[in-house]
This record gives sequence, structure tokens and C-alpha cells, in this order.
Amino acid sequence: MLSYLIRRILMLIPVFLAVSVVIFSILHFIPGDPIDNLLKPGSPPDARAQMEARYGLDKPLPVQYGIWLSKVVQGDLGTAIVARRPVTDLIATALPHSLWLGGLALLFSSVVGIVLGVVAALNKDGWPDKMIMGGVLVGSTMPSFWLGLLLILAFSVWLGWFPVSGARGWNSLVLPVLTIGLGGTALVARITRVSMIEAAGRDFVALLHAKGLSPLRIQLRHVLRQALIPVITILALRIGWILGGAVTVEVVFARPGLGTLLIKSLGQHDYPVVQACLLMLAMAVMLGTLLGDILQAAMDPRVRAALE
Amino acid sequence: MTMPAPIRALRRPTGAIAAGWLLAVIFAALFAPLLTPYAYDVQNLPQAYQPASSAHWLGTDEFGRDLLTRLIYGARTSLSVSATAIAISVACGMTLGAAAAWFGGWLDRVVTMVVDMTWSFPEILIALILVAIIGPGTTGTMIAISVAYLAQFTRLTRAQIMTLKGETFVEAARSLGATNGHILFRHLLPNALAPVLVSAMLATGDAIILEATLGFFGLGAQPPTPSWGGMMSAGSALVFKAPWIIIFPGLAVAITVIAINLYGDALIAALDVRAKVRRTA
Repeated sequence: MLSYLIRRILMLIPVFLAVSVVIFSILHFIPGDPIDNLLKPGSPPDARAQMEARYGLDKPLPVQYGIWLSKVVQGDLGTAIVARRPVTDLIATALPHSLWLGGLALLFSSVVGIVLGVVAALNKDGWPDKMIMGGVLVGSTMPSFWLGLLLILAFSVWLGWFPVSGARGWNSLVLPVLTIGLGGTALVARITRVSMIEAAGRDFVALLHAKGLSPLRIQLRHVLRQALIPVITILALRIGWILGGAVTVEVVFARPGLGTLLIKSLGQHDYPVVQACLLMLAMAVMLGTLLGDILQAAMDPRVRAALE
Repeated sequence: MTMPAPIRALRRPTGAIAAGWLLAVIFAALFAPLLTPYAYDVQNLPQAYQPASSAHWLGTDEFGRDLLTRLIYGARTSLSVSATAIAISVACGMTLGAAAAWFGGWLDRVVTMVVDMTWSFPEILIALILVAIIGPGTTGTMIAISVAYLAQFTRLTRAQIMTLKGETFVEAARSLGATNGHILFRHLLPNALAPVLVSAMLATGDAIILEATLGFFGLGAQPPTPSWGGMMSAGSALVFKAPWIIIFPGLAVAITVIAINLYGDALIAALDVRAKVRRTA
């Protein structure tokens, strides 16, 4: 297990390098120049050259990449061109908002999704199953920004329970968490249901029935335990998706998180900030995948055996 | 008993209702000018912010344009962009996936690595960055969506071909003297087509949502061309004043995507039945 862990973590290094090259190079294809936003109209050409030299934009691209990467590894993400502050500062202010939002949404969709999935599986083809699965279908097909705006309309404007936008206090988190969480809930419920039904058909379940255990106890103590393995793996893999959803939802609710920062910086062609945001999101995705693989190996002895 | 699966899918009531909605939306998009007396782009400011009435069934927007008219014309943009994007994605993905599975070696390793890398990234992020590079508009959106789903089809086709490669009928064809190209194009790809097409159909639903999201960020079809996402983008600022401007395009997206999913489910069930019939026969 330990050797697998080390190998799995080492495997992240080439992936990280590949992702960093992609993130670095892609942004230099974006048309538009951040220097244009900084220079006063009609300033002399040497002012532009000076400015380019100041941000290192005059060097060849591979050199720029090397400098950028070595700084990133040391935790220096450069200076935001438009905001004129260290990017690390911007990320440090934005990241906690996104982590809270993403974490709570993940928690919400796991708990609610697993409960719904179990209820649906226990009543397979009965009316609770049909209702839950119908709700799941509807929940997974609504554009998240639209759902967010409808929730704002219903709960903030008509009922006045929660603030419309912003990030002050816990109650400003309720609607964004619900918006992201409902989409995730649909996925978790669907997988839990299929996985429960599949696990209930295995031989060991027949044995437990033959031993005379009560069906509900078998379902909740034994079948659920088996069924949760793919659910947990997929939840970890979905961390990236939840962050992706957070990008849109943050903009809708005007929350000062990573997504809002990314969209704003994309519009301003502020490369260092966009690079840093993408890098953070990419790292979250990679850590999620790592977590998913490790959890799966820890929970499932067959996976462990296959690895060794 | 030999009716094609897309027709057999209609035997399920949900499949039939879903197909009905999709046909109605496609019909409305195709014949938009015949269905509505209004133009989608002519402003009529005195009529702005009208709620639903007999003259404007779904009300009017901030420029006094009929919302239903814009919704119907918007279906043109949203459906054609999403469907074209997925078609490009399927064509490229099948080529890449089949090439990787068939030739193996370094090609397979490179394709698999790139696919695995992009696979774990949310489509919206990939699409956002690509639109930022290509520039906003329908072409940019189309390319961005097709790249965002490329990994899915490459991966699926590769997996299909890998499984089929080992089947007895391939060996039989080979022993009868079939060439590589003949086996790949006449035996493997046609057999891999059904699952890829079903997943393409479901992906078209996701692509409609993605297109709407890009439109919501103002990166999709540019005004005055209506698209469902663009309409919601304009409506989001007016959600307190005229909520219908954003509610109806969102409903159109949601119902269409639900219909695609329901019909897709019915199609999968219909295809399974045929597979079973074949096996027992």
C-alpha cells in the first residue's frame, strides 16, 4: 500500500508538468495584450518596451516558462498586471471562499445523494424510486446559473430569507451551496442506487439472507458498505467538476472566489492571475483524482491485490 | 420485429413524449419565420417589459421584442451550435480513438495520456479557455464545445475497438483474407457506432447546457442573434424587474435536455432488447 502511495504521488509530477506547460502556453495564444490595459493612450514605444521588460514579457517563451515554473514551485505566482498586487495575495483571499463553497456543496451532495440513492434502491421500481429518479433527472439537466437565479428569485426576492449576493455571513452561503449541491446530488443518488442494486445481487447477500438476517439490516450494514466504494471514488473524482460548477455559480452570486477572479482576469487578459487560477483548479482536480485512487485502494482489497 | 431502434424507443411513453418535444423544437427552429409574426431583432421600446399576454404569449424583453419569437430563433442557434459541435467531436474522436486502438504503440500511449489528462478537467473550464483564445461568437463556441467533449468520444471509441478486436468475427474475417482497412471500416467501426451515437446524443444535451453557460458569460452568439444562453445573460440583470425574460429560456434548455435524456434512455433500452434477441436467436 505504501509503495503504491509513493508511486501514485510520483506519477503526479509528469502530469503536473504537462498541465503547467499547457496552462502557460495556452494563455499566450489569447489575443489581446495586458500591457494595452496599462499604457496610457499615445505613450512612446520605449514605455511599452520598459513595461514588457518589467513583467518579463520580452524574453523568449521557453525562458518565460522556465522562470515562471521555478517561481511557482517556490510559491511565487508573480504580480497581477492589472490589480498590481502579488497574485498569491489575490489567490489567498479568493481561495477560502471557493473552498468553503465547494466543500459544503460536496458534503451536501454526498449526504443527500447517498440517502436518496439508498431510499430509491430499497424501493426499486416503486413510487419513491420513480419520484427520486425523476427529480434527479430534472436536477441534473438545469443549467446551474439558471437554477441559482431562480433560487435567488424565490428565496431572496420573494421570501427574503437569504441575501441576494455577496459573501457576508453564513446565510450568504446557503443558496450557492444548494445550487452547486443539487447537481452533484443527482449524480451521487444515481450512482448509489445502481451500485446498491448491483451489490444486492451478489452471492454474499444470498448467504446473509440464508443466515436469516433481517433484509433491512443486510441492506444497510452489508450491501451499502459494498455499494459505497464506487460512490466515494466518484465523489473524489468529481471535485474538479464541483469546482467547475463553482466558477459559474460564484459569478451568479457575486462571491469573491476563484471562479469570479478567473472570469474577471480572463476579460482583462491578466495572464499571471488566470494562470494561477487555472493552476489551482488543476491541482484540485489532480488531488481529487489522487484521493479517489487512494480511497479506492484503501477500501477495496481486490484493487490493492491487483496493484501488488 | 425488425423496426429500427429509434422507432422502437417510441414504445416507451416517456420516449414518445420526449421525441415529440424534440421534433416540435426542431420543427419550430426550422420554420421560425412562418410561425411568428414578429421579427427577433426589431426593437419596440414602448412595448418593453410586457408580461405574458395574448399578443405576446411569453411577454417581451427589455427592448420590447417578443420573447417567444426570440426563443424560437434562439433554438436555431442553440441546437445547431450544440449538434454541430458534437458531430465534429464524434468525427474527430472516432478517428483518434480508432487510430489509437488499431495502431497501438506510441500513438496509443500519447492519445491515452492526453485523453486521461483532459478527461479529469471540467468541460466548462476547457471551453472557457478555448473561447478566450478563439474569441466569442458561434464559431468559437462550437470549436470550444467540440474540443471539450473530444476526450469522451476518443475514449469510448478506443475502448469499443479494443474489445471488438478480440472477437471471433474479426478473426474469421481475417482468415477469409480481409485487409486491415476492410476489417476496421467494415467490421469494427460499424459495430462501435451504436454506443458512440447514443452517448453522442446524451452529450448533445450536455452541450446545450454548456452552450447556454458560455452564452450566459456573454461568450456565445453575439447580439442581436438570439441564443438561449445569451437571452438568459441579458435576463440575469433584470431578474427582479422582469423574471420571465430569464425563466423561459432556462425552461427551454431544461425541458429540451430532459427530453434528450429520456429519449436516450428509451433508445438504450431498445438497443439492449435487440442485443438480447440476437443472442438467443
